[in-house]
Amino acid sequence: MKLHLKVWRQNGPHEEGKLVPYQVEANPHMSFLEMMDVLNEQLIKAGEDPVEFDHDCREGICGSCNMVINGVPHGPLKGTATCQLHMRHYKDGDTVVVEPWRAEAFPVIRDLVVDRAAFDRIIAAGGYVSVDTGSAPDANAIPIEKNKAEMAFDYATCIGCGACVAACPNASASLFTASKIAHLSLLPQGNAERKTRVLRMVEQMEKEGFGDCSNHGACEAACPKEIPIDAIAIMRREYVKAALS
Amino acid sequence: MSDTILNAHIPDGPLEGKWQNYLDTCKLVNPNNKRKHTILVVGTGLAGASAAASLAELGYNVKAFCIQDSARRAHSIAAQGGINAAKNYHDDGDSVWRLFYDTVKGGDYRAREANVYRLAQISNNIIDQCVAQGVPFAREYGGLLSNRSFGGAQVSRTFYARGQTGQQLLLGAYQALEKMVDAGKVEMLPRQEMLDLVVVDGKARGIITRNLVTGEYERHVGDAVLLCTGGYGNVFYLSTNAKNSNVTAAWRCYKRGAFFANPCYTQIHPTCIPVSGDYQSKLTLMSESLRNDGRVWVPKSGDDKRPPAQIPEADRDYYLERKYPSFGNLVPRDVASRNAKSVVDEGRGVGETGVAVYLDFADAINRLGKDTIEARYGNLFDMYMRITGENPYEVPMRIYPAVHYTMGGLWVDYNLMSTVPGLFVLGEANFSDHGANRLGASALMQGLSDGYFVISHTLGNYIANNSFPEVNESNEAFAAVENDASSRINKLLAIKGEKTVLEFHRELGKIMWDKVGMSRNKEGLQSAIQEIQKLRSEFWQNLRVPGEPNSYNKNLEFAGRVADFLELGELMAIDALKREESCGGHFREEYQTEEGEALRNDDEFSYVAAWAHSGDDSSPNLHKEPLEFDRVKLTQRSYK
Ligand SMILES: Cc1cc2nc3c(=O)[nH]c(=O)nc-3n(C[C@H](O)[C@H](O)[C@H](O)COP(=O)(O)OP(=O)(O)OC[C@H]3O[C@@H](n4cnc5c(N)ncnc54)[C@H](O)[C@@H]3O)c2cc1C
Ligand code: SF4
Ligand code: FES
Repeated sequence: MKLHLKVWRQNGPHEEGKLVPYQVEANPHMSFLEMMDVLNEQLIKAGEDPVEFDHDCREGICGSCNMVINGVPHGPLKGTATCQLHMRHYKDGDTVVVEPWRAEAFPVIRDLVVDRAAFDRIIAAGGYVSVDTGSAPDANAIPIEKNKAEMAFDYATCIGCGACVAACPNASASLFTASKIAHLSLLPQGNAERKTRVLRMVEQMEKEGFGDCSNHGACEAACPKEIPIDAIAIMRREYVKAALS
Repeated sequence: MSDTILNAHIPDGPLEGKWQNYLDTCKLVNPNNKRKHTILVVGTGLAGASAAASLAELGYNVKAFCIQDSARRAHSIAAQGGINAAKNYHDDGDSVWRLFYDTVKGGDYRAREANVYRLAQISNNIIDQCVAQGVPFAREYGGLLSNRSFGGAQVSRTFYARGQTGQQLLLGAYQALEKMVDAGKVEMLPRQEMLDLVVVDGKARGIITRNLVTGEYERHVGDAVLLCTGGYGNVFYLSTNAKNSNVTAAWRCYKRGAFFANPCYTQIHPTCIPVSGDYQSKLTLMSESLRNDGRVWVPKSGDDKRPPAQIPEADRDYYLERKYPSFGNLVPRDVASRNAKSVVDEGRGVGETGVAVYLDFADAINRLGKDTIEARYGNLFDMYMRITGENPYEVPMRIYPAVHYTMGGLWVDYNLMSTVPGLFVLGEANFSDHGANRLGASALMQGLSDGYFVISHTLGNYIANNSFPEVNESNEAFAAVENDASSRINKLLAIKGEKTVLEFHRELGKIMWDKVGMSRNKEGLQSAIQEIQKLRSEFWQNLRVPGEPNSYNKNLEFAGRVADFLELGELMAIDALKREESCGGHFREEYQTEEGEALRNDDEFSYVAAWAHSGDDSSPNLHKEPLEFDRVKLTQRSYK
């Protein structure tokens, strides 16, 4: 199939970018990133610079890939990261626009590559249980209800990709931040630091320049791990409890 | 240089007491002195992140580096199936001894007993640590931890977190790391690639990195370097490894004097989604845990082209169950992979390409219900469906072996120290614990054992026993090594030939897969060596790398890595040629039993082959570490 691509090209954070049209021949079994590989091989052969994009696992778990495809972060398939999207969902002659995440807190490095270091700083502000190596009790000393463990797990599956930010009209990082807070607040291990964790992580999120959450729900729809938006309600509850005490 | 016998510095005493003996007698660093030492940790997968966090907790200053934009994205994140430990929570007869024994046997008696025993002992502490961090392992209804069994074991000792155990373990280690970043004890430097090692007065004292955003070279000084840079399976181009996995850091250290051990030991994983076309950029693993409930089969006759559902039981060959009645579908990986290859070679392969076998869940779904199967493997089934467009609840999966893990790596002694003093190697990057074949769920165990529980003691012992004269970035050794690194990069850009990095990498991969892959023979290996040499010289004359050195340039990064793979590939073939026996993942067609099983030659090859760079890529020097087995009796592995 022949595709008409329009790909965002930008040389550096302070330079202007623009959409550049390309044509590429794809096959339905290819993944979206393999189609981009084909484009890049074509560009290199023609003496042009390839399109830079982040990728690593190519199986939807590392959170590296980040393309806004026809206006939708990670493209049209629900619960699917860019690297897991296959070309069988496109047809000959389609026009496909490919852009980077857009958010003030995620400056473009080059082409489709953005800087997501803000996410690491949010985790560093308390997204952990402080237990030094070697000081843990026997693993079965704290039984945890299966349902609770499963619920915590649903939130723990966040891959830190940033699609929630890219999808949100306010560029809020609430779903990302809340998923970690929800994961740890549902488990007994996370109890001791519960208050400081939520206060510090929320403060860091604001400091990084992410917007406020206005319950739009676009984050949940774009999330490749389908993290439930209830996480944000949990975060708010935790925040209020912590702020009042 | 003539052959020397390598000393692994194994502590004295009976096997069970060696590690305790080490802990009781190793030298300690005074807590106030730890902060005077800077430790460079390269790589933040399970091994690196756990090491960086633990060392920082003890008080060392840590600088940690990774290629990705965040430590959380290391290749470890993709591990699916689980992590072993000898907890014996289910009272099914498991013990430290059994985990040790299974690992040595699974490795086809080519691992070091003392290391493996320590690993089995530490396995239980890992689970405790991870649970305390909030890692959501699977649980039973009573709230206690759940286990499953994995290939090569007859007990249930594998802890798991759905099909994403690596993700949850890595996030635990990453969070511990970020905790120490917050505490100001770890400086995290993502998007940095280590290009070379700096050795000053015979000790590893620093590294040269390239900032992958700006292209600038950076000099980093430390009192020890911990290489936690993962495995080199991408030498085959197609593998289950993440695209950024590479050998560069380890290879540069090899060139600076670290020995490379058992490079030919490669693990081919039996259950991956088969290749579908030339554009393919990587292969996807389907966790081996699927073999707990899935049954592997092909039609009895190669002419049988009916869709699987129409092939009656009588015309199916469940070849693993037939040949290995006691382990059945749970035979170790090497055995499962080779058997898949042999039925495909017989012309009985399935699917469009004929290069696949079925993994069928119909019986399990009948017996346990679809819900149970979905709860166990739901995300794996979804992944399969996304990639192939087929529904494995209804039609059997098609699977085929793919390169997955490399048991070989830099040689380390019991302290995890390489032959370069002060250069420690952890995780998949070292060669240590898996012999010629790794059992499922034991890489995560080893990475975390090295990082959380071993290195803090062995590094301390090294620091306490050595002195560290002041060295800084302006030291001439740093300037010289940086110059080497930048010249290489400039050389790659200056070739301005016709072929892309990807084209070279694919060609190398094909040579490796065909001739240094699942089964090998003398003639094939000899021709592989020649072909690799030829390809390498073409690479340096005809490569085209676009773009500039001083900007984000993924193609340039990959060019440097492929250049190193082109040298490593040859060493792997040399090692495979030299090892005139079959063991574990190294199958030499000339050496097999009448039943087609790997035939070891313990009299001549019961050693670790550690290769030293000689200055000429084609003639490395071999050093041997003899393997002595005090406690385990060497037998012909049998999974009948
Ligand atoms: C698909 C898949 C599934 C698996 N499932 C399991 C399983 O269920 N159980 C199990 O036990 N094992 C499993 N394994 C194996 C296991 O995941 C790996 O062996 C293990 O995670 C390796 O961890 P590591 O810390 O050694 O290295 P990695 O996780 O590979 O980390 C390497 C790190 O080094 C960095 N790095 C590399 N080179 C450089 C450089 N030059 N400069 C700077 N940084 C560098 C990278 O950025 C990264 O941070 C699986 C492997 C695969 C491929
Ligand atoms: S919450 Fe979802 S969209 Fe946001 S970072 Fe996590 S996985 Fe990505
Ligand atoms: S490349 Fe890892 S999630 Fe897409």
